[in-house]
Amino acid sequence: MNPMQLTLAGLVILMLSGGASALAGRSAAWSARLGVGGAVAGCILGLIPAVGTLVGGLSLSVRIPWPPPAGRGFELGLDPLSAVFLVPMTLLGALCAVYGAAYLGKGARRTSWFHYNTLVASMMAVVLARDAVVFLIAWETMALSSFFLVIHDHGKAQARRAAWLYMVATHLGTAFLLAMFAILCARGSAGFDALARAGAALPAPLATVLFVFALVGFGTKAGFMPFHVWLPEAHPAAPSHVSALMSGIMIKTGIYGLMRVLGFLGAPAPWWGGCLLAVGVTSGVLGVLFALAQHDLKRLLAYHSVENIGIIAIGLGLGYLGLAHGLPAVAALGFAGALLHVVNHAVFKGLLFLGAGAVLHGAGTGELDRLGGLLKRMPGTGAAFLVGAVAICGLPPLNGFVSEFLIYLSAFRGVVSPSAAVVVAGLSGLAGLALIGGLAAACFTKAFGVVFLGEPRTEQAAAAQEAGPAMRWPMAALACLCGAIGIFSPAVLPLLAPAVAVVMKGAPEAATAGLAAAATPLTWIVAAAAVLALLVAALSALRFRLLGARARQAVTWDCGYAAPAPRMQYTASSFAQPLTDLFAPLLRTRREHVPPKGIFPAGTTFATETDDLFQRNLYAPLFRMTGAALAWFRWAQQGRVQLYVLYIALTLLALLLFCVE
Amino acid sequence: MMFLSLTNVVLALLAAPLLLGVINRTKAFFAGRRGQPLLQAYYDLAKLLRKDAVYSRTTTWVFRAGPVVGLACALTAAALAPLGGARGLISFPCDLILLAYLFGVMRFFTVVAALDTGSSFEGMGASREVQFSALAEPALLLGLAVVARLTGELSLSGMFAALSPAAYAASGPVLALVGVSFLVVVLAENSRIPVDDPNTHLELTMIHEVMVLDHSGPDFAFILYGAALKLWVLGSLLVNVVLPVRTGSAALDLAAALAGMLCLAVLVGVIESCMARVRLLRVPQLLVGAVVVSGLAFVLLLR
Repeated sequence: MNPMQLTLAGLVILMLSGGASALAGRSAAWSARLGVGGAVAGCILGLIPAVGTLVGGLSLSVRIPWPPPAGRGFELGLDPLSAVFLVPMTLLGALCAVYGAAYLGKGARRTSWFHYNTLVASMMAVVLARDAVVFLIAWETMALSSFFLVIHDHGKAQARRAAWLYMVATHLGTAFLLAMFAILCARGSAGFDALARAGAALPAPLATVLFVFALVGFGTKAGFMPFHVWLPEAHPAAPSHVSALMSGIMIKTGIYGLMRVLGFLGAPAPWWGGCLLAVGVTSGVLGVLFALAQHDLKRLLAYHSVENIGIIAIGLGLGYLGLAHGLPAVAALGFAGALLHVVNHAVFKGLLFLGAGAVLHGAGTGELDRLGGLLKRMPGTGAAFLVGAVAICGLPPLNGFVSEFLIYLSAFRGVVSPSAAVVVAGLSGLAGLALIGGLAAACFTKAFGVVFLGEPRTEQAAAAQEAGPAMRWPMAALACLCGAIGIFSPAVLPLLAPAVAVVMKGAPEAATAGLAAAATPLTWIVAAAAVLALLVAALSALRFRLLGARARQAVTWDCGYAAPAPRMQYTASSFAQPLTDLFAPLLRTRREHVPPKGIFPAGTTFATETDDLFQRNLYAPLFRMTGAALAWFRWAQQGRVQLYVLYIALTLLALLLFCVE
Repeated sequence: MMFLSLTNVVLALLAAPLLLGVINRTKAFFAGRRGQPLLQAYYDLAKLLRKDAVYSRTTTWVFRAGPVVGLACALTAAALAPLGGARGLISFPCDLILLAYLFGVMRFFTVVAALDTGSSFEGMGASREVQFSALAEPALLLGLAVVARLTGELSLSGMFAALSPAAYAASGPVLALVGVSFLVVVLAENSRIPVDDPNTHLELTMIHEVMVLDHSGPDFAFILYGAALKLWVLGSLLVNVVLPVRTGSAALDLAAALAGMLCLAVLVGVIESCMARVRLLRVPQLLVGAVVVSGLAFVLLLR
């Protein structure tokens, strides 16, 4: 069996098992068994060839003959760029399925696993497609299956609202992609090879238009600001294993699409990189700021996806700038950092969402200020969440640091380069990364500290229960991966070179040479990490020798106060308050405060809420205006099926006449 | 070369607590007191290491891990920092990122250890710490980017070895601005006046001291020593920029750098004696000011 057949077998198993699980829906246990078993098997079959492609660096493709509309038949292919996305996709797909079976438990619906497996299969198809038609079909399937997963808890108004918003956003994005591919394909066939050949001859203004369409269309899926508004709604509404999959890898298909399609548009214009960099810094800083202001754990994590997509965009921006200005080292390091961050973010964000799911499952709420002290009640989940939190802050020696380091290296190379534009870009990139890093540390010390440390703030939190082994093992596996990618980074780096070469349009020497610049630093970082680990071990031993078992227990020293109560603890809101105040003009947090009145005040309330800036100030008015304008056409909408059939028939007739002319 | 780097690290490990002594003596001089012995920090460390520890029942292993991880990070950072033209023990392109992020790890664990106690005091200190450090980090990295651009080197050792009095003649204002920015970073990151007051333990204005309120015994010794090392390492960045003495003799260069470190300690003492702590709401302005100064230095450099 060649690798491509293996991948196809994985796809088929995913689809078949999904269908079988829906048919077996009457027996919930069998439905879950079929669905999860198929998902795991399909993902493993997909993982093997993807890893093989990364190690071997080869490209494969297969064409399935099929009559029109696809023209020459469907074409699927596996190259190193696809493989970089395929590896985390299949890994996370399998782990989240195992977790999800336990997480959903009795709450599973008849079609839960059908939609889940379809989502995984369609995501794989998106990165495997070598043909615009297949790509768009897979893209749409992905959007629809994830829509049904977001609306899984359709009894909740919040889930319905979120799913609706997601539906609108993703289709607006797809409209741009449809237009973009239509323009691209108008000059020849729909195959990616043909597009790449035709693209080199694109006139510059058309290339600019296509770049903007790709940025908006793919940016909507990826969550670039200001197209991210669906993200903080949809991810918290979905079941946690689905949030992990969507936030971890589904939004990365937007990044994949952007990298793939920009390859068709000829040599990158210098401003493309600058534009991506600006988008990246904006998404990164605003994403983490809005995350800081959230009160819900999953919503906080969703905003962090916007932040991390921003970091990836910074890497891409530096990469395209490097390409445009003839600085292969800057380009290779930027692309490598972005690609590695795609993988890393999938690992730690998947881990964090699974952890949030365990908290939700065990304590019954994700509201930060109602939790606390969970580390004692859920030690496994807590430890895994801590690993994820350290990794997402980009702290050494875990994986987040490695990818951010590569982007920093690219930025510093840009700073010392001769081209003034790249110098300024590198400087803004590294200043942005530094600010994002500091703010992310603030956000995750808050999230981990308030949820897992201190005393439980409510009885609900005090009664929290640890998740079962089927939920803990996937988290443990992801936590180990966070460490492994960090520690084996010098070995991981060469695996990225073929993928970087694909993005840099077949300049393998330039890619390899550029990445070689990072080999020495990464080796040193691993050495420093080893020193750090040894020191931690030595100091722990010293501390144990000095103290032995002599440590005494007491209450927390609260400056002489005798009975500290859990409600006196610092809350998540108060922890973030200095920073949210500092950035108040951007965040525009609403406060509702009923102050105590009279000599004997009865009750007081205080609440803050931070709505999305763009949602409230840009999209809400825009959609209101559009709605008002479109009200003129309401006479055409009578809600009768016959009438709509008539419309369709008339449209077809008109098109036919148009073609005959 | 290797020997010099090793000497550097050993010096940092031995002399870091001395800086605290010098600062305190300077402050005592300004206050007209005789002050504590120069070696008081060493006595404190020795005493704390012999003491027992008391742990709050609220805390978990995270609280115990905080000081250990923090000190380990500071020790590793000491191996990265070059001084007096000698290379750091660990040195590679962009090692400055690792240095900054090691302090990030130290801060992360100090903060979560503080939150582990469930005390509102420590929560308050932790909240302020993360706010100020988020603003200080861009200032530090921008300043280092200026030096990188100026020297064309990417490693700390390479950058600072390439600096010399001649560099001052060529681009003095740039380096001076970077020095100003670094001074603010050193004061802020090490919880010194005008950002934080290391003397007050129980006021609502403090940051670092309140975060470690619950630590005792060897844990507190680790924290104290880690803080001294952090002061040494960040201070050495400043001294490297401001005082690039290159005589040709490694020993003389190192001696000049050490004198610079002591002068820095005196300077910190003078600042602490002459200034009041700024209001908490003003601290972000100070730090953003440092970022702007670093940026200005870059603009001057590109001109």
